[in-house]
Amino acid sequence: MKSKVFQSLDEAVADVPDGATIMFGGFGAPGVPRNLIAALLGQGAKELTGISNTPGWPGHSVDIARLIEARRMRKIVCSFVHASPTLEELIEAGEMELELVPQGTLSERIRAAGAGIGAFYTATGVGTEAAKGKEHKSIDCRDYLLEYPLRADYAFIRAYRADTFGNLQYRLSQRNFGPIMAQAARTTIVEVEEEFLEPGAMDPDQVHTPGIFVSRMVQIPPAPEGIGDSPVPE
Amino acid sequence: MRISLDRQTMCDRLAMEFQDGWVVNLGFGIPALCSNFDFGDKTIIIHSENGVVGVGPLAREGEEDMHLVNASGQFVTLRKGAAIVHHADSFSIIRGGYIDVAVMGAYEVAENGDFANWTTAGERAGRIGGAMDLAVGAKRVFIAMEHTTKGGAPRLLKRCTLPVTAVGVVKMVVTNLGLFEVTPQGFLLKEIAPGYTSEEVQAVTGAEIIVPNDLTVFKPFG
Repeated sequence: MKSKVFQSLDEAVADVPDGATIMFGGFGAPGVPRNLIAALLGQGAKELTGISNTPGWPGHSVDIARLIEARRMRKIVCSFVHASPTLEELIEAGEMELELVPQGTLSERIRAAGAGIGAFYTATGVGTEAAKGKEHKSIDCRDYLLEYPLRADYAFIRAYRADTFGNLQYRLSQRNFGPIMAQAARTTIVEVEEEFLEPGAMDPDQVHTPGIFVSRMVQIPPAPEGIGDSPVPE
Repeated sequence: MRISLDRQTMCDRLAMEFQDGWVVNLGFGIPALCSNFDFGDKTIIIHSENGVVGVGPLAREGEEDMHLVNASGQFVTLRKGAAIVHHADSFSIIRGGYIDVAVMGAYEVAENGDFANWTTAGERAGRIGGAMDLAVGAKRVFIAMEHTTKGGAPRLLKRCTLPVTAVGVVKMVVTNLGLFEVTPQGFLLKEIAPGYTSEEVQAVTGAEIIVPNDLTVFKPFG
């Protein structure tokens, strides 16, 4: 089997084409694949569709806000836009599309894609603008909305530790979207904080994402200026 | 002396309502401060939508763990017996009915229990986050918010003017001026900020408030 361990971030993202759909893990600072995003900024792919909890936090550490500011995205699917003047401008100008999805529905749509589920019903959003245009169904006297899976060409995620088979461990709230995005994308690329372990060195009971969902991994190099984790603004 | 309640005091008051054994979700913004409350002998399990079950107080400066934040992205601590799940499981906890109360911020709350907290007028984006899932999944919703907008307009209203997050789910509201129960008859003023009169509170409220004979001063000051 070809090794999943790549020597550089640039090499790991080299084949991302224009128009690709990419899932980006992370919630707040933990789990944001900053190094892969920085490499993608340099790589140049454009017309991207991003799937992520937020469109990033403009003006802080590297996250997907930089891809939006660099006019590299045409669509973002997310649950929460905190403050993004650039995104508002791009939507206004018709240069970017925003699909705002309740966070639990976003998670479950990602999970469904990785689990081979064709669609599902959720009560979330009934009676709100999020229900517009959705199929409604009453099940046991409760109203539900039909929601479809979200798939991606790539998932960019960050993990704490990995063995060379691609078995991953996350640390604390870094786990967030990692496990479900790894399953939902055709190619999952992981930036890993610790040095790679040999196969067998990780307790099978402590694997959070099995290596069968992982395509490529890169160990995070020593942080250049501006790439390191930092608190997100209030 | 008139005391407009600060955010920690507002959250402390809501936290006093949590019952022993409750699983409590704290939303983005003001509600995060509920995790600083000392629950004494009660076991309260605080859930954060990003998959943390058993959130403790906010982390002190210098003691932050870069891998551990709450729904607001603030660094937090863990209580004993904490557990971590991924995002889809975290929202299974929410939609599956395991949350006894969800505490959220809001722009508006209506006397019929509707609330609005995800978009303001005229903006292209919005902040749904986990609010819609929490509103349909949690057994009850409490709101912590400032009583009026920065411009002085009421946030407690007869009906919401902004797009709603969910309909008819809010049970209790704390503001800097008092504690309100949402009843079939409307907003019942349970406790009032020190030094304020119910007339003063009514004047900055967009719905008629019910003032009981036994109106008391805000409990943390009582």
